[in-house]
Amino acid sequence: MISLEWVKDYIDISDEDLEELAVKITKAGINIEKVITNKINNLVVGQVIECEMHPDSDHLHICKVNIGNETTQIICGADNVRKGLKVIVALPGAILPGDFEIKKSKIRGEESNGMICALYELGLEEKTKEAYDRGIEELPQDAPVGMDALKYLKLDDTLYELDVHKHRNNDCYYHIGFAYEIACILNKKVTLPDAPINEIDDNINNHFSLKVETEKCPFYLAKMVTDVKVGPSPEFIKRRLNAYGMRSINNVVDISNYVMLEYGQPLHFFDKSALGDKILVRDAKEEEKIITLDGIERTLKETDIVITDGTKPVCVAGVMGGENTEVTENTKTILIESAIFDSVSIRNTAAHLDLRSEASIRYGKGLSYEYTEKAIERACHLLEKYAGAKVLTGIVKHDKIDKTPKTTTFKAEEINSLLGITISEEDVKTELNRLDFPFEYKDGLFTVTIPNRRLDIDENVNDIAEEVGRLYGYHNLVSTLPNCPIKKGEYKGDVKYRKLVSKRLRSLGLNETKTYTLTSPEMAKLFKYEDKENAVLPNPMSIDKSVLRTTLIPSLLNVYDYNKKRKAKDILIYEISKTYDKEYNEESKIAILMKGNYIINEWNGTKIKVDFYLIKGIIENILDYMGFKNRYTFQKNTLPELHPGISASIMLDRKQIGVIGKVHPSLNKDDIFVAELSLNALMTKTKPIKFKEASKYPEIIKDMAFIVKKETTSDEVENIIKRAGGRLLTNIHVFDVYTGENVKENEKSIAYSLTFSDQNRTLTEEEVTEVFNNIIKNVEEKIDARLRDK
Amino acid sequence: MENILEELKNDLNEIKKEHDLNEIKTKYLGKKGRITELSSQIKDLKDEEKKTFGANLNKLKTEATNLLDTKKEEMMAEILNKKLEEESIDISLPATKIPMGAPNIVEKIVEEVEELLMSMGYDVVDGPEIEKDEYNFEMLNLPKGHPARDAQDTFYIEGEELLLRSQTSPVQIRTMLEGKGEKPIRMICPGKTYRRDDDDATHSHQFMQIEGLLIDKNVSLSDLKGTFDVIAKHLFGEDCKTRFRPSYYPFTEPSVEMDISCHSCKGKGCPICKNTGWITVSGAGMVHPNVLKNCGYDPKQWQGFAFGFGAERLAMLKYGIDDLRVFYANDLRESRNFDRKEAE
Repeated sequence: MISLEWVKDYIDISDEDLEELAVKITKAGINIEKVITNKINNLVVGQVIECEMHPDSDHLHICKVNIGNETTQIICGADNVRKGLKVIVALPGAILPGDFEIKKSKIRGEESNGMICALYELGLEEKTKEAYDRGIEELPQDAPVGMDALKYLKLDDTLYELDVHKHRNNDCYYHIGFAYEIACILNKKVTLPDAPINEIDDNINNHFSLKVETEKCPFYLAKMVTDVKVGPSPEFIKRRLNAYGMRSINNVVDISNYVMLEYGQPLHFFDKSALGDKILVRDAKEEEKIITLDGIERTLKETDIVITDGTKPVCVAGVMGGENTEVTENTKTILIESAIFDSVSIRNTAAHLDLRSEASIRYGKGLSYEYTEKAIERACHLLEKYAGAKVLTGIVKHDKIDKTPKTTTFKAEEINSLLGITISEEDVKTELNRLDFPFEYKDGLFTVTIPNRRLDIDENVNDIAEEVGRLYGYHNLVSTLPNCPIKKGEYKGDVKYRKLVSKRLRSLGLNETKTYTLTSPEMAKLFKYEDKENAVLPNPMSIDKSVLRTTLIPSLLNVYDYNKKRKAKDILIYEISKTYDKEYNEESKIAILMKGNYIINEWNGTKIKVDFYLIKGIIENILDYMGFKNRYTFQKNTLPELHPGISASIMLDRKQIGVIGKVHPSLNKDDIFVAELSLNALMTKTKPIKFKEASKYPEIIKDMAFIVKKETTSDEVENIIKRAGGRLLTNIHVFDVYTGENVKENEKSIAYSLTFSDQNRTLTEEEVTEVFNNIIKNVEEKIDARLRDK
Repeated sequence: MENILEELKNDLNEIKKEHDLNEIKTKYLGKKGRITELSSQIKDLKDEEKKTFGANLNKLKTEATNLLDTKKEEMMAEILNKKLEEESIDISLPATKIPMGAPNIVEKIVEEVEELLMSMGYDVVDGPEIEKDEYNFEMLNLPKGHPARDAQDTFYIEGEELLLRSQTSPVQIRTMLEGKGEKPIRMICPGKTYRRDDDDATHSHQFMQIEGLLIDKNVSLSDLKGTFDVIAKHLFGEDCKTRFRPSYYPFTEPSVEMDISCHSCKGKGCPICKNTGWITVSGAGMVHPNVLKNCGYDPKQWQGFAFGFGAERLAMLKYGIDDLRVFYANDLRESRNFDRKEAE
């Protein structure tokens, strides 16, 4: 929260429309989320010219109030209302906080044309018992009757509520830093506040010594003041702290906060008499204890930084002070600390103590040393002026901070090239001046010294280009397209294969799904057809998302259940996703789940039901499409989650690349068929497509049927047929499988249709018959089979 | 002769079945048919009469044949019409649905972006989802302890070195390392990312990013703006307006947030755009010189821009979805509608 009334101390913005200014600042990158204007219409300074008790009430008064151009009657219940008093009057039409609109009314029969207000009723003061007891606000006697009351009180402030990106949330959250931001936008100059001190003839070193033992505190300053008189703060400090949302405590505490909001530098005040004559800054000891200002005992870690009096902690550095050295009403002598602590360390400390203080927030963001010394001087100045303090000469200092100025050197054209604009060297100079970035210019080269207050700017031209760009205005950039050579973009690596398979599966009627990589240990155990262990997250968010899956099938079953619950009958889905094992080996998998009908038209009975052979067909379709025709087989095999008789391994070049089968009824009673195969296995080279002319000579087709043992697979028979058939056998397919009459119970009959042809000639009946007979001989010899109907 | 023709016409008029037609044909033109019989009278005629009679007889034959043929055609047509009428169906009954699979909804928008950017010369690549801290953070100018790391609460897998990638930016790092500081780069890397968020309407522990990277000798922020314009108009229509706002990311400098005009209220202000008329859809910027250097590209020679979209967010805006969980629930009743080409 930034008070513009406060900012005015450092930069002249008296002529600015503050709403418009907020828009300009936002456009330049500091996002002002809300502009809050303390403005209440029909709120004026009035004077009570008559005041009598209400005849029907023991506490109400009937007042005649002069509001400038007229006198009006108002009923007032406050004890302290009296004749002659200057007051704040809310006239009809005024809307007070809480959407409370003042209207003309009658109170117990007496007309009332407004309300005489207390500050808390205007939202300008906290609602406390003291505030209630004080009653209506009593204005000084010289307050001009008829004037806008908020203006008179200088409470007609405008506040900006900021939502700033991380890199700027240190320098934009204090008033001087924000003044610099306004200055570069409006091209004006910032004036820092004066802080003259009349030091007394006594040196801090006579009373106090400092030692810093930790590298996490590169900069530590302390000054000492004495004869402090704790009392109320001056109005302007109260008002400004209030505007920021901080309660006024007393002049001493308020000054520490005031300087922090002014310079961004947190200060800490120790009661010197409680502290003793020594400060030792060191890493905390493990389990070291301290009671902080909020009265809570804190247990520290050795990664924390503590301020000690040589032995015991007196402050959790950068986070919160200790109760033992707290400044109280009786404090006379104060030691003021202004320091820089390691931001990461403070963030960690604040996090493990769960203690987010104004100081820890600021240190956590990272703090520049730019104002560390200025802030301590300013605090001394204000304590001297508003708390009667006497400031001792000298400053105790530990200074290990690297003060080498950050510079960057560049040409104007580098800025132009990064932004795609054309501005002149003169323009660059103007922008740098606006930013108040000191620079030298020589022979086309700019060397900029980056101000310490801007921690976000690194030593490179991009950071300067960003500053120039945001002042130039991104809305002024003209859209262009990169001047790059024309080339085609393509799917690369595994993406290419994933896309090919994915689009193929979709055109085969399967719906793509996307599920979670992280799964539960129970789900991860299912369908493990490979020798893979699961990777487990050491710190999962929940147990059901704690394991990295190696197979996608359980996830597809979840999707199945989800859709089944929603009355879906025909569920045809797939997912392609990466999987990881315990050694973090990556493997992309294709998983398919099918249930119900592949094609259906209920009213006319058209129907293709999903079964093992259909999902097998989908797998073969993919493998053929990817160029693996004749290189794969299905070998009977099973898993605990698959039907023992309806399941197989998918083999490519004799290696298992996946599984296929019906889900075991004990896992799910529905007729669900699943398959999964490795996409990685398909990412190998395949032969290019070549034209093969269809034979011009007639084909001879012959059928044969064998009776074989039930457990004999068609593949076994087919392989013998193919080998025996040789070159002339160009095609083979099963056209019938029979069990039942004329076939023994443990046997089955498989009928094959064989096609014989030659590319260059017509085959003779004799040679085909010879091959045909050879095939029969081979089959009968090699396995337990006999030709049917022989 | 005239009588014969009249009789034939009468006979044909009374005909009922196809079979009858053959009988009539025999009756008149058969071997002993009435017209055939007339030809036997010719020998009894005088020579001068023979010629006329023959001519008339031929004419009669032709006319009779024509009448019979015509009748036959008529009858055949009638039969066919009757058959066709019997075969007619209720064409309003439901079709047999040809199964075509739909893409996952978020994948639909990913493909839209991929196709557009491939046409502009961008390759589509992906990288590992288990990633080194070095690639996910450090080389992206996010050293350990950097405050911006806090915003990406990360799933660590092993110590502080291996993690589930919290962004797809490490794929950019890998691509740049492959380019060895010599090759220009034009790529997008849509992919899964993971952060420690509880799943609700606006958060998901797993989500999709679409990041893009272009590195060349002469690339500017204005080029990024032009590129963003093309993407925004492709996804949200020609009348979509865009704007840049200054922003901050550790891996880009200058950094911008890219907004589109609210397509719902056309910029007038509505709940979707929180009454601003604008919706932020992307974070982007010029690749930070430290990142270029980390990956072997000399910032004095090479420049580039990078951008990132939340794929789910794009889909939510484009298709009017208000709950992130929709994308991972895979409700087929919802996703099936996405099996279609996009509107022009």
